[in-house]
Amino acid sequence: MPQPAVHLHELCKTYRVPEREPGMRAAMTSLFHRKMLEVKAVDDLTFDLAPGEIVGFLGPNGAGKTTTLKMLSGLLHPTGGEGRVLGSIPWKRERTFLRQITLVMGQRNQLVWDIPAADSFELNRVIYRLPDADFRHTLKELTELLDLGPLLKKPVRNLSLGERMKCEIAAALLHRPQVVFLDEPTIGLDVTMQRRIRAFIAEYNHRYGATVLLTSHYMADVEALCKRVIVIHHGRLLFDGDLSALVQQFTAHKTIVVQLEDCLADLHTYGEVINCEDGRITLRVPKAKTASVTERLLADLPVIDLLVEDPPIEEVIDQVFTS
Amino acid sequence: MNLLLEFRALRRLYSQQFKTTFATMLQYRASLFIWMISSVLEPLIYLVVWSTVSTGSGGSVGGYTAAGFAAYYIVFMLVNQVTYTWIMWEYEYRVRQGLLSVALLKPVHPIHSDISDNLSSKLITLPILLGIAALLALIFKPAASPTWWSVLAFIPALLLAFLVRFLLEWTLALAAFWTTRVSAINQVYFVLMLFLAGQIAPLTLFPHWIQILADILPFRWMLGFPVELVLGRLTPAQAWQGLGAQVIWVILSLIVIRFVWRAGVRVYSAVGA
Repeated sequence: MPQPAVHLHELCKTYRVPEREPGMRAAMTSLFHRKMLEVKAVDDLTFDLAPGEIVGFLGPNGAGKTTTLKMLSGLLHPTGGEGRVLGSIPWKRERTFLRQITLVMGQRNQLVWDIPAADSFELNRVIYRLPDADFRHTLKELTELLDLGPLLKKPVRNLSLGERMKCEIAAALLHRPQVVFLDEPTIGLDVTMQRRIRAFIAEYNHRYGATVLLTSHYMADVEALCKRVIVIHHGRLLFDGDLSALVQQFTAHKTIVVQLEDCLADLHTYGEVINCEDGRITLRVPKAKTASVTERLLADLPVIDLLVEDPPIEEVIDQVFTS
Repeated sequence: MNLLLEFRALRRLYSQQFKTTFATMLQYRASLFIWMISSVLEPLIYLVVWSTVSTGSGGSVGGYTAAGFAAYYIVFMLVNQVTYTWIMWEYEYRVRQGLLSVALLKPVHPIHSDISDNLSSKLITLPILLGIAALLALIFKPAASPTWWSVLAFIPALLLAFLVRFLLEWTLALAAFWTTRVSAINQVYFVLMLFLAGQIAPLTLFPHWIQILADILPFRWMLGFPVELVLGRLTPAQAWQGLGAQVIWVILSLIVIRFVWRAGVRVYSAVGA
């Protein structure tokens, strides 16, 4: 087995935050006696990523995703456990390490606001010490893939959010990092732009064999890009495996959609009726009973069409987090 | 060999940063103009006040005539321009906005982009300030008695003054890692600067014990010393002592900066970057 690109073993991060009651009195006492509250942001996280893998990193807000990404890119020091990215300890922030990774955070900008993106790219070229030929080549490829042509010469402040995001991503990838951490790369973007970025991430991964760890609240991103997902909640690992297995493990139900000749039939004896319109009825049934219910439906009723589905991924994720 | 490569990479970084700073500054012509006025106005006020005082008290105060004060403050304005930094205002913003995270992800020490940004904007504004200085010289008719060696020694003195001031203020700016009330620290610093760097008055006008204090602390070596030197107000022995003091402060700051930076980043990466 090859060396993993990313390796975490019982990684922990505890923040100490000052805590006080509201009001003047509490404000005064906190001046002299600070009560510190320990918050476990990441709790015993263990997983490996193989080189070239794209993995979705899921969890509700505050689950510890960004904290983990920051530790893996060297911005945060963990309070326990170990982590290796491409064999280096990230928080040592060695130059050779920093040259091989990137972290894209949705709202942070590394582009200089007042000048065209092309000038910021030039700055990155000298910072990462990229040979001219490599730089031109990568820039040309990124320009094609992300359709940056018309954007490069405009001051960054005149770009739309989506255009800026494309330039941010390009700036973060000019040095062709082998490991890419993406924190909500599609946040706030319209559907077309989301699809565009998604296709680009897949292409980058395919072309350069880069390892990608990606967080997103858009399940469409995850479904399109990631075969494997890692789910965390309150800093702890909930699930690590195939996206399809996640659905299997966390849903006890399937939905059956039946199209009948008439809508009058009452189907609540077959399962929970979620929706009923124009003779199209959606039922929720326990997974184990799917076969028998389907059989009964087909035998008892004038069925025109019948469809057995897993519930939508959003619903599954919601169930994972609330359970 | 390695050192040469390192040097070449840094040179490219500095020249690229110059282009970026230049392009950015052109976007803010109005604020550049306002900043110019303020950097001229302050020494101008001291100049006028002290000229009036010296004329009123029989032509000279503490060895300075009206023309002597004019020379002192015109040169002071230029030295201040060369050594000036704004980093102490910027760091708090960077830490709070998380901009430092972006810098920490880059495989180069962030001080390089700060130095090159600073030098670049100086290169851009210096010609204008030299013009203003010439204009002020026409109006106030300064008088000084520089010698060839004092002018020659002024060059390293100015460079060292820039380094001492930049390194010291960069270190102080790192206070933003520990506290969000940086402006209080800045206030104390600027008051000390006002009195001990020769800003509100040339140091020879102060009581003896303040002059000793000024020799011990770094402030004089960042501003007052190069000014007095180029005006020919120091003996060769004083000039050597001054250059020595500057070198010592540069070395000390470089040592301190290493520790403070490492400790600061440790704090930053502990509390959530």
